[in-house]
Amino acid sequence: MDALELARWQFAITTVYHFIFVPLTIGLAPIVAGMQTAWFITKKDHWLRLTKFFGKLLLINFALGVVTGIWQEFQFGMAWSEYSRFVGDVFGAPLAMEALAAFFVESVFLGVWIFGWDRVSKKIHLASIWLFALATSLSAFFILAANSWMQHPVGTVYNPETGRAEMESISAVLTNNTLWAAFPHTITAAFLTAGTFVAGIATWWMVRLARSRTPENVEKARTVYRPAVLVGVWVMIVAGIGVGLSGDIQGKLMYEQQPGKMSSAEALCEGTESAEFSILAIGPLQAGCEDVNHVLSVPGLTSYLGTGHFSGEESYLPGVYDVQREYAERYGDVTVDGEPVTYTPPLAITYWSFRLMIGLAAFSVALAVAALWFTRKGRVSDNVWLSRLGLLAIPMPFLACSFGWIFTEVGRQPWVVAPNPTGIDQVRLLTDRGVSTAVPPGVLLASMIILTLVYAVLAVVWYRLMHRYTIEGVPDAVRDESPEAQDPDETDRPLSFAY
Amino acid sequence: MDLAILWFVLIAVLWTGYLVLEGFDFGVGMLLSILPRGDKEHREKERRVLVNTIGPVWDGNEVWLLTAGGATFAAFPEWYATMFSGFYIPLLIILLGLVARGVAFEYRGKIADAVWARRCDWAIQFGSWIPAVMWGVAFGNLVRGLALDDAHQYVGGFWALLNPFALVGGLTTTVLFLLHGSVFVALKTDGDIRERSARLASGLAVVALVVAGGWAIWAQVAYSAAWTWVAVLLAAGCLVGVVVTTRARREGWAFTLSAITLVAAVVLIFGSMYPDVIPGLDGGNSLTVAEASSTDYTLTIMSWVAVVLTPLVLVYQGWTYWVFRRRLSTKDIPAPAGLSWQKIKDAAF
Repeated sequence: MDALELARWQFAITTVYHFIFVPLTIGLAPIVAGMQTAWFITKKDHWLRLTKFFGKLLLINFALGVVTGIWQEFQFGMAWSEYSRFVGDVFGAPLAMEALAAFFVESVFLGVWIFGWDRVSKKIHLASIWLFALATSLSAFFILAANSWMQHPVGTVYNPETGRAEMESISAVLTNNTLWAAFPHTITAAFLTAGTFVAGIATWWMVRLARSRTPENVEKARTVYRPAVLVGVWVMIVAGIGVGLSGDIQGKLMYEQQPGKMSSAEALCEGTESAEFSILAIGPLQAGCEDVNHVLSVPGLTSYLGTGHFSGEESYLPGVYDVQREYAERYGDVTVDGEPVTYTPPLAITYWSFRLMIGLAAFSVALAVAALWFTRKGRVSDNVWLSRLGLLAIPMPFLACSFGWIFTEVGRQPWVVAPNPTGIDQVRLLTDRGVSTAVPPGVLLASMIILTLVYAVLAVVWYRLMHRYTIEGVPDAVRDESPEAQDPDETDRPLSFAY
Repeated sequence: MDLAILWFVLIAVLWTGYLVLEGFDFGVGMLLSILPRGDKEHREKERRVLVNTIGPVWDGNEVWLLTAGGATFAAFPEWYATMFSGFYIPLLIILLGLVARGVAFEYRGKIADAVWARRCDWAIQFGSWIPAVMWGVAFGNLVRGLALDDAHQYVGGFWALLNPFALVGGLTTTVLFLLHGSVFVALKTDGDIRERSARLASGLAVVALVVAGGWAIWAQVAYSAAWTWVAVLLAAGCLVGVVVTTRARREGWAFTLSAITLVAAVVLIFGSMYPDVIPGLDGGNSLTVAEASSTDYTLTIMSWVAVVLTPLVLVYQGWTYWVFRRRLSTKDIPAPAGLSWQKIKDAAF
C-alpha cells in the first residue's frame, strides 16, 4: 500500500472508531440532564438513582470520545498536510471555534458535574450537566460545519496566487444548507442511539426484575425502570421522526450537490425517470453497475427521495455514467500524472452502507413499538422476548451511524473537497492531492498499526466497563449530597466523588 | 496592528495557557511513583490524593492544546501543515501518551483492584513523562530551525529532530513541569505529603535553574534576539523565588512564580522564532509569519471569536479552580467506589 492508501485507511479506522462514542455522548448527556432535572423538580428518589446510573455509563463512554478526538484534530496536519494547506483558511476556523466555544465548556463543566455533587449548589450542579449537554451538540455543529464545507464548499474563493481556497464569508460557511441538513440528521441520530440505549437497558432490567416475581423486585421494575423505558421510548420516537425528515431533506440536497453519491448508492447506471429504490441487489458491485441485478425494488421511490416526485419528467435522476461524463467534461478526465479519473465512488460500499444505515434503524422502531405496547396503562412486562429485543436493538443505531458516515465520506470520493456545482469551480480537491508528502509510507503504516492496536485494547476495556456497570443496575441507596442537604459544621467529610 | 502578528502572539498565549495548566498536571502525573511514601495501603491513598488534586481540572487544561492546534490550523495553515507532518513521529508518541493518561484517569477508579490501579498508574506516568519530554524536544527544534525545502516541506527526517539542543530542551520542559507539579501538590494538599512536595520543589527549583538556565543561555547565544534576555532573567528570578517561597511555605506565591517561569519560557521560544513561525535550519527557506498566515478576512473573524470567548473561558475555568480550592489529604479519600475485578471478569461477553 502506498502513503495515500495508508492515510485513507488510518483516517477511516480512527474516524469510525471515534464516532462510536460521539452519538451516545451527544444523546445521552441531555437525557441524563433531563433525569436530574426530574429529580430536582419532583424530588423523587428514582430519578436521582437513574441519573447516577446512566451518568456513570455516560462518563465511561465520554472518556474514550475525548481521547480519540485529540487524534482527529491532529491527523489533518500530520497525515493530510496538503489538504490542510489548501483548506486551512476556511476549514480551520470552525475547528478552532469548536475548541474555544464548545469543548472548553464540555470539559470544564463535566469536571464540575463529576466532582461537584457536594461542592456546588444543586442549581449550579444541574446547570453544569445542561451546559455540558448543550456544548456536545454545539461541538457537533462546528465539526459538521467543517465537514459540510468539504461536501459542498460555499463562501469561498480560489486564490490562484496562493493556490488555496480562501474564505469570503463566514456566515455563508455557517449557513451552508448542507450543514443545516446534516446537523439535525446527526443530532437526531444521536438521540435515536441514546434513546435506544436507555430503553434497551431499562427494558432488559424491567423484564429481569419482573420475572423474579418477588414483590420488591417487581416494585423496583415499576418505579425505577419503567419510567426509564418510557424516557428512552419517547426520545426514540421523536428522534426517529427527526432522522427520517432530515434524512429526506439531505437526500434531495445530495442529488443537487453530489449526484454521483446518490446514483452510486442506488447503483443507477443511466439516468432515468421514476427510478426505483432497490432493497436488494445481486451482482459484482465492484465491477460497475451494469451487471447489477435489482432483485427487490420499490418503484419510483428513489426518484421521490431525490426529487420529491415519484414519476414524470421532474422525477428524472442522473445515473453514474451521466455524472462521469459531465464531470469528465468539467474537471478533465486525466490527472496531472496522466491517469484516468473515475468520478464514481466505490459502488459496493456506497450501495450497502446506504441500505444498512436505513435498515438498522428499524430495530429501534420495533423496540419503541413493543415497549410502548408492553408498558401500556402502567404495566410492567415480564416478556422475555421484549428483553431480548431490547438488548438486540442497543448496538444497531451505533452501526447505523457508522454506516451513515461511511456512506457520506466514501460517497464523496474521488474528492476530498467535492466541487460545488453552482459555486466556484476551482474550490475542489481530489483526495490523492491531499495527503502529506513529507511522511514516508512506513511511518504511516506503523502509526496505523499502533493506533489500531491501542484502539482495540481500549474497545475491550470500554465494552467490559459498559457491560458490567449496566449489569450492576441502578444503585439502591442514594443520598442527597448537595451542600444544602449537609450539616455545615461537618467540614471533615471525605469527598463524595473521587477518582 | 498586523493581524498575522497578533495571531502569532495569540498562538503563543494559547501555548502559554496549555503549558502552565497542563504543565502542572503532567508534573503531578510524573510524581505518582516519586512522592507517595509509607506502607502499601498508605502509598495507594497518597497516589489517589495526587490524582484527585487534578481530577476536576485536567480535562479542561488539555483543551488549551486542542485550541492551540485548531487556532494554528485556522490562522497559519502552512505552519500547521509543515509542523504537524514534519513532527509526525513525536506527535504520534505524544498523542499516545495523552490517550493513555486520559483513559487511565477516568478508568482507574472504575475497577477496584490493586493490579488495575498500578497499570493505570503506569499509563498516567507514561502519558505524563513522554509528552513532557517531547514538547521540549519539539519546541527546541522550532527555536533551532528545521530543514525545509523551498516548498516549506520538512525534509530532515526523524533522527535529525533528536539533536543536542532539542534534547536539552526536552530535559528543560521535564524539569520545569516536575517543579510546577510539585509546587501544585504542595499548594493543593495538606499534611505529610504537602511537606514532602514542598521540599522536593525547592530542590527541583535549583535543578531547574541549572538545566533551564543552561538551555536558555544556549538559545540566547545561538538563536535568539537580544530582547528575550529579559525573559531569561525573569525566569531565573522566578526560580530563585520558588526556592524562597517554598521554604517559607508560601505555596500560592511559589505556584505563581513557577507559572511565570513557564510564561517566560514561551516568550523566549516564540521570541526566538519571530519573524518566522518555523525558522529554516541555518537560515534557509524559513517559513515566516506573513507567509504562513491565513487571509485578513479569516484572521479578522477569528480575532472577534477569540476576543469574545477567551475572557469567558478564563472566567469559568478560573471559577472551577475556586470551586475545588480545598486542600486534599489522605483523610478526604473515600473507599474505592469501583467494581471489583472479579465482578468485571464474571460478566460474560
